[in-house]
Amino acid sequence: MGQNLYHKVFDRHCVGQLPSGQYQLFIGLHLIHEVTSPQAFAMLREQELSVPFPERTFATVDHIIPTTGSGRQRPLQDPLAEEMLQHIEQNTADYGINFFSPEKGEQGVVHVVGPERGLTQPGMTIACGDSHTSTHGAFGTLAFGIGTSQVADALATQTLAMAKLKVRRINFTGSLKPGVYAKDVALAYIHHLGVNGGVGYAYEFGGDIIDHMTMEERMTVCNMSIEGGARCGYVNPDQTTYDYLKGRDYCPEGEAWERAVADWQSLASDADAEYDDVIEIKGEDIEPFVTWGITPAQSVGVSQDLPQVDSFADSDQLVVREAYEYMSFEEGQPIIGTPVNVVFIGSCTNGRLSDLREAAKFVKGKQVAAGVRALAVPGSQEVARQAIDEGLDKVFDEAGFQWREAGCSMCLAMNPDQLSGNEISASTSNRNFKGRQGSPTGRTLLMSPAMAAVAAVEGKVTDVRKHLEN
Amino acid sequence: MAGEIISQVTGPGIPLRGNDIDTDRIIPARFLKCVTFDGIGEHAFADDIKGLAAKDETHPFADARFANGAILVANKNFGCGSSREHAPQSLKRWGIRAIIAESYSEIFHGNCVSLAVPCFTADHATCAKLQDAIEADPAAELSIDVAAATITAGGETISLEIQPGAQGQYLDGSWDARAGLLENLGAAKTVAEKLPYVSNYA
Repeated sequence: MGQNLYHKVFDRHCVGQLPSGQYQLFIGLHLIHEVTSPQAFAMLREQELSVPFPERTFATVDHIIPTTGSGRQRPLQDPLAEEMLQHIEQNTADYGINFFSPEKGEQGVVHVVGPERGLTQPGMTIACGDSHTSTHGAFGTLAFGIGTSQVADALATQTLAMAKLKVRRINFTGSLKPGVYAKDVALAYIHHLGVNGGVGYAYEFGGDIIDHMTMEERMTVCNMSIEGGARCGYVNPDQTTYDYLKGRDYCPEGEAWERAVADWQSLASDADAEYDDVIEIKGEDIEPFVTWGITPAQSVGVSQDLPQVDSFADSDQLVVREAYEYMSFEEGQPIIGTPVNVVFIGSCTNGRLSDLREAAKFVKGKQVAAGVRALAVPGSQEVARQAIDEGLDKVFDEAGFQWREAGCSMCLAMNPDQLSGNEISASTSNRNFKGRQGSPTGRTLLMSPAMAAVAAVEGKVTDVRKHLEN
Repeated sequence: MAGEIISQVTGPGIPLRGNDIDTDRIIPARFLKCVTFDGIGEHAFADDIKGLAAKDETHPFADARFANGAILVANKNFGCGSSREHAPQSLKRWGIRAIIAESYSEIFHGNCVSLAVPCFTADHATCAKLQDAIEADPAAELSIDVAAATITAGGETISLEIQPGAQGQYLDGSWDARAGLLENLGAAKTVAEKLPYVSNYA
């Protein structure tokens, strides 16, 4: 039997087995940001440790950075945010780590920046103190989120203690119907397998639908692995991967590029690779999805009614009832037509150029509904430049969206972009947890950029398929 | 550099019912605006506490009966969501010394190991029974034996499960992985030299 990519990549990075039974894995790319790294640097200083591979760590600022031009003036208005920004500036300078700063025009959401610079390459192990590090799996990497103590481990040793995961292959067969996007594919597998179905697993995404996706779409699918409980998810590298990477800043060139591609090809799962589990999800069965509750698995197809509490397993009914109470929704009500107050297009899930392009298609020449606050937030300064080159900023602006600067923004609302009161947000981000978007009573409906765009225009949850041309 | 050996955890319990309690609920994102973990314990479950108070209900973390709670008993998929170590940091600084739940998110579980907060698992019935027992007698001392993976409550000893690797780390004080990783730094450099991307495929 052949091997899958997970085991091939794990084995080549394995330094050895630790007394705990875990393995010591070399980390090829370590990404850091301002929220989960300051305490890690404090640990290094306290233990008088150095950073042996500073060239393998890259930093940016994303979570706390304001997304308005005036809000980004230094010092930042929020003294705590300014302090965090100063810490990452100082820490990266002290330890010789490359900082993709706003001043250099290189800043963005860490999971947007890594791929766009060509830092994320097939066959790497990638770690970051952020659970959505799974995004990088789109390139055929083992990429996982870690806590702050592990950020310190990675800085001090360029290795981590990791357990070996099982691998579940998820085949998406057939094709997607019009109006169904990568985000719906992500929400579909989470709905199907549950928010903890992936605990103990890496997810390998494949099948015709994944094969035909762009890299940006694959990133959306892998990004939400952690929402299904899987610490990492990946797609095998193929020509789409190589075409995306060729010519990017940190990628090899010339003969080295040829050697790289040959190496990457050898790491893809073998045709007869073994898996611990294989499941199939049919593309035809995937509708545009909308979440209605407080976990990313609490979702329905946009044309469906909200589920009955007693349709869930006994042990899950408590969280379902809690969700209905928090959202002020009733079982059996349709999700379509739910009024929205805020629309957020952005995040490491859906803040890339193709996401903005797709959303722009549905707002071009239209107006955001009265009373709706709509934000379009590019995932990086580079994405913003490309979008502006195409005139997307004007499309959003003319429709009544606020066109913002790059950052995590209202995905987790650590900057000034927040819901207030119990506002309902149509959001392209990844989490609909209670209070996630900055208001302790705020409500989040997760959906694709296209669905969020039509929600902005209609002022309510709308089936994007009614807005498709033809 | 061995850490503290944790062979026993003793103290009152604190019940927290419900599946899928995520790290945003344990510590809302606005409290992540900090460069140290100091003081983060006082914000544990801040919004859940406020939300329940608005309905004249009391969250266990705001309930005087459980103020000395050291052993947290939760349900399924506890600590899902964000990788923020701030979540277990806030629980530990609040006073939690061990957790029993039906299951955990992996990142949260790993963070708890780094902080020497042992995480045990038990089935739904066992967690519910422990939660009931704690509510019936909040002051009662519970006692966890890490080596035996048992909890003794009200004279009854109940079996729990624990990841064997983590169990060993608590018992020999090696739960902080860093020292062990540093010992192998030479071997790590050898692995790096063989990775073709480290030289950019030169």
